[in-house]
Amino acid sequence: MTRNGPLGLAFHTLVMVFMLAPLVVVCLVAFTPENTLSLPTAGFSLRWFAAVFERADFLTAFYNSLQLAALSATLATLIAVPAGLAITRYRFPGQGLLNGLFLSPIIIPHLVLGVAMLRLFALLGVNGSFSWLVLAHVVVITPYVLRLVIAAAIGIDRSAEQAAESLGASRTTLFCRITLPMILPGVAGGWLLAFINSFDEVTLSIFVTSPATQTLPVRMYVYATESIDPMMAAVSALVIALTAATMILLDRIYGLDRVLVGKQ
Amino acid sequence: MSSLLRGTGRAYLLSAPALVLFAGLLLAPLALTLALSFNVFDYETGIKEGSYTLAHYLGLLGDPYFYEIFLRTFWISALVTLLCVLIGVPEAIVLSRMGAPWRSIFLILVLTPLLISVVVRAFGWSLLLGADGLVNQAIVALGGRPLKLLYTPFAVVVGLVHVMLPFMIIPVWTSLQKLDPAAEQAALSLGASHLTVLRRIVLPQVLPGVLSGTLIVFGLAASSFAIPGLLGGRRLKMVATLIYDQYLAELNWPMGATLAVALLLLNLLVMLGWNRLVERRYKRALGV
Repeated sequence: MTRNGPLGLAFHTLVMVFMLAPLVVVCLVAFTPENTLSLPTAGFSLRWFAAVFERADFLTAFYNSLQLAALSATLATLIAVPAGLAITRYRFPGQGLLNGLFLSPIIIPHLVLGVAMLRLFALLGVNGSFSWLVLAHVVVITPYVLRLVIAAAIGIDRSAEQAAESLGASRTTLFCRITLPMILPGVAGGWLLAFINSFDEVTLSIFVTSPATQTLPVRMYVYATESIDPMMAAVSALVIALTAATMILLDRIYGLDRVLVGKQ
Repeated sequence: MSSLLRGTGRAYLLSAPALVLFAGLLLAPLALTLALSFNVFDYETGIKEGSYTLAHYLGLLGDPYFYEIFLRTFWISALVTLLCVLIGVPEAIVLSRMGAPWRSIFLILVLTPLLISVVVRAFGWSLLLGADGLVNQAIVALGGRPLKLLYTPFAVVVGLVHVMLPFMIIPVWTSLQKLDPAAEQAALSLGASHLTVLRRIVLPQVLPGVLSGTLIVFGLAASSFAIPGLLGGRRLKMVATLIYDQYLAELNWPMGATLAVALLLLNLLVMLGWNRLVERRYKRALGV
């Protein structure tokens, strides 16, 4: 195998610095004792983290996001598992079309989805409702679960299913005892990936949230367009920490490289 | 065959919940928005339901303000795409040539920013590029004068490249995995230089990955909202931030819908055109 020369490694170092610099800077500034965003900081303080927990609007937004992400990821999983099994286990007219439809929210800009749902919600008079916000997120994150479920359902050994079936197992038994346990890593990985995507979503949410249902990324976006202070860095550092924890979990359950790059 | 493969009805039943949701919350809203873009609008009375006009589309075609923003969005997206190719392709090649533990560690490090909120990343860049940010401190330390970086096209391009780079690296990496290392070895043992191997063996085979990465990056950059919103400031508009203004500041929803439809169509047009161009070149190269 060809190895990298010094030029390649120097280039790689620059790319890594570029990719990680904004995240590292945010985490450093979060610990500043001062009132400004200057770096390097003179000391070390947790005062801005304490400040975050005194802001009712940020706390509400955080709980909103957490609930929204958990609910919509669960609903997306509940509809994506049967849909994924239908697409991989049966041959039927319109199969490709259905698959394309369910994956299409990945390609359609979130901005377009946002304004489209705003119009629908306004006509129905449900704009700013939390339940409809959940449904909007389900549409956006279903493709992520569906992709992993399809990959898992194609990847498993079918002979176990066939054996159980020929021994007279009912459909429910077959699903609960054979299929589901075998595709579980894909389902759980899909749930986590959907959770992260819902938790981070800002472009669609900004159109269909009200002050009461505002999510954390929307609150942060609005805050950052109005003022910039170290509290924003503390919130960002907390979001980075939470995302990192979820990613470690995702790596244990499904393999981060498989999620990010696809099956290998 | 087993009964698993029977029953078209069961397949529809299994996908019914998803289908109902997607019909109601994806197809219907998109159709409504297309209809909305033809609705008559008046600043005094709002949207006139049931009466339709082409005025918004004509307004879009006749207004240099809109032209300027569409043109800016186009060149910023094209530049971001080019930079992602120039950085992402060599980086994917370097990554694929690394030893066992480092390879997956660095691959994950390069790609994980993908999962971190884009608002957080934009905020990070505004810290770096601000008037007394680290970049300007470095410029001053090197004896230069501080530059205005934030709220310029430069900041938007940097932020977008940061967000889009993983989308270029992933498809290139995937096509590199399919590359047969024996072909490289054979070329090297026959006396080809490393540069020749790269140019004649590696690059032609990763080309499909580069092309699909180009499509994804251009599409996402052209419709990006949070990065231009936070790093471009109020004055430097891109199409997405313009649509946001039309909806939530001007409250002219039909005009906003027209712009959204135009963005979607132009995006589609550029992508299809690019696909056509590439396909024709492929055919010629293969002598079909």
